[in-house]
Amino acid sequence: MIEIDVHKELLGSMGKMELDVNLNIESKNFVALSGQSGSGKTTLLRILAGLENAQGKIRVDDELWLDGANCLAPQQRGIGFVFQDYALFPNMSVLENLLFVRKDRELAKQLLELTELAELASRKPATLSGGQKQRVSLCRAMMNRPKLLLMDEPLSALDPTMRNKLQHEILTLHKNFGTTTIMVSHDPSEIYRLSSRVVVLSQGKVMQDGDAKSVLLRTQGSQKFSFEGELLDIVKVDVIYIAIIAIGQQIVEVVLDGGEANDLHVGDIVSIGTKAFAPMIQRLKEKS
Amino acid sequence: MLEKLMALEFTPFLISFKLASITTAILFVISLFIAWNLSQSKSRFKPVFESITALPIVLPPSVLGFYILYALSFHSPIGRFFQDVFGLKLVFNFTGLVVASCFYSLPFMVQPLQSGFEVLPKNMLEASYIAGKNRLQTLLFVALPNIKSSLMTAIVITFAHTVGEFGVVLMVGGSIPGETKVASVAIYEMVEIMDYTSAHIYSGIMVSLSFLVLLLVYMFNRNQSHHVGGLS
Repeated sequence: MIEIDVHKELLGSMGKMELDVNLNIESKNFVALSGQSGSGKTTLLRILAGLENAQGKIRVDDELWLDGANCLAPQQRGIGFVFQDYALFPNMSVLENLLFVRKDRELAKQLLELTELAELASRKPATLSGGQKQRVSLCRAMMNRPKLLLMDEPLSALDPTMRNKLQHEILTLHKNFGTTTIMVSHDPSEIYRLSSRVVVLSQGKVMQDGDAKSVLLRTQGSQKFSFEGELLDIVKVDVIYIAIIAIGQQIVEVVLDGGEANDLHVGDIVSIGTKAFAPMIQRLKEKS
Repeated sequence: MLEKLMALEFTPFLISFKLASITTAILFVISLFIAWNLSQSKSRFKPVFESITALPIVLPPSVLGFYILYALSFHSPIGRFFQDVFGLKLVFNFTGLVVASCFYSLPFMVQPLQSGFEVLPKNMLEASYIAGKNRLQTLLFVALPNIKSSLMTAIVITFAHTVGEFGVVLMVGGSIPGETKVASVAIYEMVEIMDYTSAHIYSGIMVSLSFLVLLLVYMFNRNQSHHVGGLS
């Protein structure tokens, strides 16, 4: 059980902001931390790691990590941290990176095998691909059998295929070790696949907190389908208007009438929903 | 010319290199901690400490030499302390030269190391702290092995700069043959007695050595910069 109750004044992009988070996290949970950039996610993670100061209290099981002015050093917290930019030690081989944390060859071997890195054990980080580096970083974070694993957008620098593979490996490690995990992520499919709970921060406060489905589904009322997108363009064709909207990585066209076209502006964030039709699903590619 | 070359004394060069080696070794240990602490410091007094360590670059060697001479002499408490407790005389001998050189060359060791430490990714050092390592372990096993080219620059420039110093060694060491008469002082004296041939030979050796040293540093750093991909 992790009890977090922290406050800190931050200087964000929009001036001063109060980070004020009160959360209880059950052991072995996988929590996704989401929210716009500048909402305080990374700061919260760094406070949990002991890399930044804050007021308040953090209790992990029966240990007090933060209690007013008393702050346990990161060295004494027994955590794992996965940075977005890997932060591997370039002077050490893959295996040495792991053993630097703890001289436990058995565990290192087990982790490298779980993540299919055993053959790369003697390579230097500079010779690895981004995905491989992040897997090493993940293994390194698991080396001291952490009570709490923190991941700061671990997969955002990777391409979609590699992301998929690593999501699978994170899940395998989580199942094997049962480590309580907090991961900052923006990717809904990643959040849905990995986490059992989603916490959304906005301006330093918890805005939403629940399971992945209830937080991520955007439909309201009787809507069957609803997407959020950005209006890229409005084109007039004869008497109707066509809106070009970007949704995720795709672009769609939606017919507008004159009134709607006048009301909307290019650059608006819009929601597109439908109620009357049953969506059709067709398989494009079978799961490999 | 040839018989002149054969008859020339090379002891001043030996003294110069001995002085430079010892100074570099001492400064490496001292500066490692100064540079590491300065690079990690967020204190508002950091500019004060940075200015103090950089002072020897801007001060005229005679000013530095005068203060060191005074501080080490029997007239100051420091000099008297060493004399009374350890029986050490610190002026006009080789020990005094080493002490003076350490002050004079300090910034040439501290600054390259500090800038090397400052460009290391902050995350990498934090990863080491999270792995349970303290600041000293992080310095020795993570920071230091990843600033090889700064390390090379610091050591070689400190060495070369100590070989090339003149004003401070003349003031603190005097020019005692076989003890404190280093190459740069020897050249000065040769010119003074108008022995231009010897001065030419000595100066020629100095120019060639300095050029070789700098060439080595730049070649090493060029090779290193092809490998920096490793830092990400």
